[in-house]
Amino acid sequence: MAARQYKAGMKLKSAVCDTQIMVLRVPAEPLDLRIGGAPALAGDEAGDGATIDPALAGGSLTGKRYTDAEETMEFLCTKGGEGTITVAGREIGIKQAKALPSSD
Amino acid sequence: MNIFMLLEMAADAMPDRVALVCDGESLTYGELLTAAKGAAALAIARGAERLAFLDINGPAAPVALFGAALAGIPYVPINYRLTEPEIAALLERVSPALLVSGRSAVPAGISAIAAGEFLALAKAGGGEDLVAPDEERGIAVELFTSGTTGVPKAAILRHDNLLAYILGTVEFMGADEGDAAIVTVPPYHIAGISAVLSSIYAGRRMVQLPNFDAGGWLALARAHGISNAFLVPTMLQRIVEHLDATGEQADLPALRALAYGGGKMPLPVIERAMALFPGVDFTNAYGLTETSSTICLLDPEAHRAAAQSDDPAVRRRLGSVGRPLPTVELAIRDEDGRLLGPGEAGLVFVRGDQVAGEYHGLGRQTDDDGWFPTRDRGWVDEEGFLFLDGRADDVIVRGGENISPGEIEEVLTSHPAVAECAVVAMPDPEWGEGVAAAIVLASGAQAAAEELQALVRGRLRSSRVPQAIRFVDELPYNETGKLLRRVIREQFAA
Repeated sequence: MAARQYKAGMKLKSAVCDTQIMVLRVPAEPLDLRIGGAPALAGDEAGDGATIDPALAGGSLTGKRYTDAEETMEFLCTKGGEGTITVAGREIGIKQAKALPSSD
Repeated sequence: MNIFMLLEMAADAMPDRVALVCDGESLTYGELLTAAKGAAALAIARGAERLAFLDINGPAAPVALFGAALAGIPYVPINYRLTEPEIAALLERVSPALLVSGRSAVPAGISAIAAGEFLALAKAGGGEDLVAPDEERGIAVELFTSGTTGVPKAAILRHDNLLAYILGTVEFMGADEGDAAIVTVPPYHIAGISAVLSSIYAGRRMVQLPNFDAGGWLALARAHGISNAFLVPTMLQRIVEHLDATGEQADLPALRALAYGGGKMPLPVIERAMALFPGVDFTNAYGLTETSSTICLLDPEAHRAAAQSDDPAVRRRLGSVGRPLPTVELAIRDEDGRLLGPGEAGLVFVRGDQVAGEYHGLGRQTDDDGWFPTRDRGWVDEEGFLFLDGRADDVIVRGGENISPGEIEEVLTSHPAVAECAVVAMPDPEWGEGVAAAIVLASGAQAAAEELQALVRGRLRSSRVPQAIRFVDELPYNETGKLLRRVIREQFAA
């Protein structure tokens, strides 16, 4: 599948594992976004029966934010799974944010 | 985006963890999710376009907040301390709505249900197949401002704004399973909304205390092994006074973090509180309804550094509201919009995804670049710590000169006999406005007006000297600790 255009607020799921993510921030150009090696699915799209790429089974964690090295994009993992999140073949990692004291 | 997602994530990851406790009743995250779905189904069945809440805090409040989100309608908590005519006027504005309240007399279009019955119906289920709407820029919450300067404005908080705040500041399941936060702020206050969202996303059990008193707070905090608390300054002051008056030990071994905000914290109170709770992390949070709660934090490290420092510039940071969140930008500008540098006092502007800055009927108040005028006055020091200096509306304009009450109040409270004071404008035939001061003397202390005037004259310009001084028993505050300067102004104008 070719790259596609995403926008903030879109909910996506993996075709090959339990991972679900929500788009927080993306660049204007289309992205080749995959989870566990298979293109991420939007809404009620169904997968093509592919299985997880063992080389991309590093897992995702609920509640973590994922971003590329340049922080041009950000996704929230709303449900963790087995697959690694990649964009254009590059793994995107957990955003390291300074822990803030609770203020509520 | 929809804030309902926060509850779904929590209920999915920790369904059996206790989410909230109030008066012997408790709900797990799984039960809270079920109840929120039931509440949404109920609101939809009643044709509600808003879910309003007019009651003291309790489990029904978070159920209504998330129920409204799932139903795709705004949640509108209303201040139950308002007068009868004020409440009636607000209810007209929220119709058609489902109203959680024990009231029987309601305007047309309002379907009222008592909190107990609402909760029971919600917990009984329904709405299992509902999906939280993902409407672009959907409204999550409408909060009426306190209306100190006129008819209350309805501030709009969109799902995007609240989510930006929570995702930017709270670590999902960041709380330990045993952690518990005591919630004393009322449901109609922005801090009451953010307490629910933060606690749920962090996985921190909420223990609700609907009616605050110092002794009751301490007893409840001990009984539930409270680890986190948020207080408005007046509440912390009452707790400090209670401990000092009774000689009682704080005795809260589980308490790790105490955050405060919602009004100006008197320096002696925070200093005394830090002494009474030596192991506790104190955080000062500054925020507005229009900014989805906290925008600046004075963190525990800064509290300790300030309290231990001999450097006056560091020491005075105990009276600062700290630095902006990493996700919020801050700027100080003068009246003409010119950007000001460190040490220069002006108007506080903020920008960020959590900043809503809009009202019903008035639209967005941000400028073309997204900057929102808080209408607070302030300045930042060399390291970016923000010091607030009252509201823009509180500035006294004497013969064309802008005088900020804050600097005069600081001088007056430095007098040992002055416990508290408020400086306001009073009508003056010659200058347009003059400086007036209401003073609360420390218990058993005495000071003459002339002595206080001489003190100000010695430290500031002569235009700052209060031309009228009144000694009063107490200053007027609202229930969340906001000083009601309007009331004092009216007294001087009379």
